[in-house]
Amino acid sequence: MAAMRRLIWPLLILAALLLVNVAFIPGFLSVEVREGHLYGSLIDILRFGAPLILVSLGMTLVIATGGIDLSVGSVVAISGALACLQLSQDQGVFTAIVLALGLSTLLGAWNGFLVAGIGIQPIIATLILMVAGRGLAQLITDGQIITVNDPAYKLIGGGYWLTVPFGVLVVLAVLAITAFLTRRLALGLLIESVGGNAEASRLAGIRARGIIVMVYAFAALCAGVAGLMISSNVSSADGNNAGLWIELDAILAVVIGGTSLAGGRFSLGGTVLGALIIQTLTTTIYSVGVPPETTLLFKALVVAAVCLVQSPAFREKVFHRRRRPSSARPAEEKVRVTA
Amino acid sequence: MNAVHRMLTLTNFRKDTPHVLKKISVLVAAVVALAGCGSNSGSTGSDPAGGAGDSITMGFSQVGAESGWRTANTKSVQESAKSAGIELKFSDAQQKQENQIKALRSFIQQKVDVIAFSPVVESGWDTVLKEAQNAKIPVILTDRAVDSKDTSLYKTFLGSDFVEEGKKAGQWLVEEYKDESGPVNIVELQGTTGSAPANDRKAGFAEVIGADPKFKIIASQTGDFTRAKGKEVMEAFLKSNPDIDVLYAHNDDMGLGAIEAIEGAGKTPGADIKIITVDAVKDGMQALADGKINYIVECSPLLGPQLMDLAKKVVAGEQVPPRVVTEETTFTQEQAKQALPSRQY
Repeated sequence: MAAMRRLIWPLLILAALLLVNVAFIPGFLSVEVREGHLYGSLIDILRFGAPLILVSLGMTLVIATGGIDLSVGSVVAISGALACLQLSQDQGVFTAIVLALGLSTLLGAWNGFLVAGIGIQPIIATLILMVAGRGLAQLITDGQIITVNDPAYKLIGGGYWLTVPFGVLVVLAVLAITAFLTRRLALGLLIESVGGNAEASRLAGIRARGIIVMVYAFAALCAGVAGLMISSNVSSADGNNAGLWIELDAILAVVIGGTSLAGGRFSLGGTVLGALIIQTLTTTIYSVGVPPETTLLFKALVVAAVCLVQSPAFREKVFHRRRRPSSARPAEEKVRVTA
Repeated sequence: MNAVHRMLTLTNFRKDTPHVLKKISVLVAAVVALAGCGSNSGSTGSDPAGGAGDSITMGFSQVGAESGWRTANTKSVQESAKSAGIELKFSDAQQKQENQIKALRSFIQQKVDVIAFSPVVESGWDTVLKEAQNAKIPVILTDRAVDSKDTSLYKTFLGSDFVEEGKKAGQWLVEEYKDESGPVNIVELQGTTGSAPANDRKAGFAEVIGADPKFKIIASQTGDFTRAKGKEVMEAFLKSNPDIDVLYAHNDDMGLGAIEAIEGAGKTPGADIKIITVDAVKDGMQALADGKINYIVECSPLLGPQLMDLAKKVVAGEQVPPRVVTEETTFTQEQAKQALPSRQY
């Protein structure tokens, strides 16, 4: 029940953003079948939001362990670049995808090794790959934009299956698997306990290091799939710009969704809502016609408002509503950590 | 005063900054130092004799290798230096101004005959340009300008005229629609907000079509010069504006992304929506030849031969005009088909 209540505010914000769009574009909510696939603004939001949702899901688990992954944007670029390079050298789609995702996972495991094995602060450990990875992507593409023309590859990010965008189906599958593993099995509890206190978890018999390496590898795998989607959507790999700053959007999505940056608890549903809010905000900017010079300011104001509305302390001050004594909050978190 | 202030901030930094931030700053410093070393060794490695002898030695500092356009630009400079018999000391700034300033200083120390460079950013060049002037080494700017008030710091600026490119795009549109009464609904995909090509291409275009009220720019957003953003923004345009006649994109890549969006909406690019772009890179020319784009204004990276000409004149002490515009053309669909096989980039 508590989880549902936390999701109320992101849901209301999303609804409010959609309402703004409806006010500006009368047919905003209409979805029709055109050219043999679903067509409409809502479909666009899901389709362009799909890579961000994926990256954010991976980021959620990393943040739940008290870490952070700045390198996902670079992994997005590397994955797309490697896949398109393979395709341009007449390799099969399957080989290209397996190689790209394999390299992504490996890079994620490297991040995890730096954090858990050597004990480097996560923000520094992943900063290394964030900087170096962009260079690696440019090395793969030779600084050029690689254009590919492969209908099977096109399906991943730009195609449709039974009129539904294929990328959205991929997201649903990954979300279902992640939710099952973390919420039906004990994995989610283990991740949260490592995030609460890694040393205490280890003493309690949890393989904290293994868990940490795994979540970083998972985050990179998600970023790898997102990279395939982004490059497939435009049939080309751009080492410079693919996934640029997506790590910041992903962190924002996780935070809007109610996951604590301190680690120890997470909400997958909240993250998906957070990513959808960000994508809807982007679409809103286009449809309302905010001038490009003021776009960033506009975004910042909306995000600030979203964060304030989410904050119980702020709501109490403004709306003069006290649901429960304020001392109850930290107590609740403590209970979760020891659980 | 300044020094005291700096010391104060330094002590503050040491007192308050958490561990993590300190680590970041150390790491960043290390990365910068490494990058600096790389570009220096690249430029000093070859010829210790420097500018001695009768052949001309040119120090060239490039922005980086951020796009296919830039790579073609580098290649053009290197090849035409070779064929013009000019010895080239090439340095890649990796898109950082401090690297570029270091490279220029090392060129000055090596006493090259002429320095040419594409500034990463517009401002902050006065000091190092002054040093070059004191060493009596002439400087040529290529592709991008600097905002120094003192124009005697450099001999000439060789590069594209972005306003002119915008105007050419507008002129084609005016010609294309001269018999129709309109209104003509135009959507615009701008380049990176605040960049010189985006500002100037927008201004030149708006100036030309502004003369006739039948042309209406109904939506204009930034697509950051990338395909992915171009597609995303165009999808949104197509939904919020059901009646689009013309798309004007500030580069080919955004246009290529938009083409996919237009096709996804069940319309025919080039017919239902006319498309004008700038750049003329290979993928763009292919789309033009295929009839998906209607008109491309060239922004040529191949300024090597012109640069070598100017360098020879400057070293010989001849007068050169302070502004030289790159030789550029425009392409229709027919011209693209002919030009495509021999296209270098």
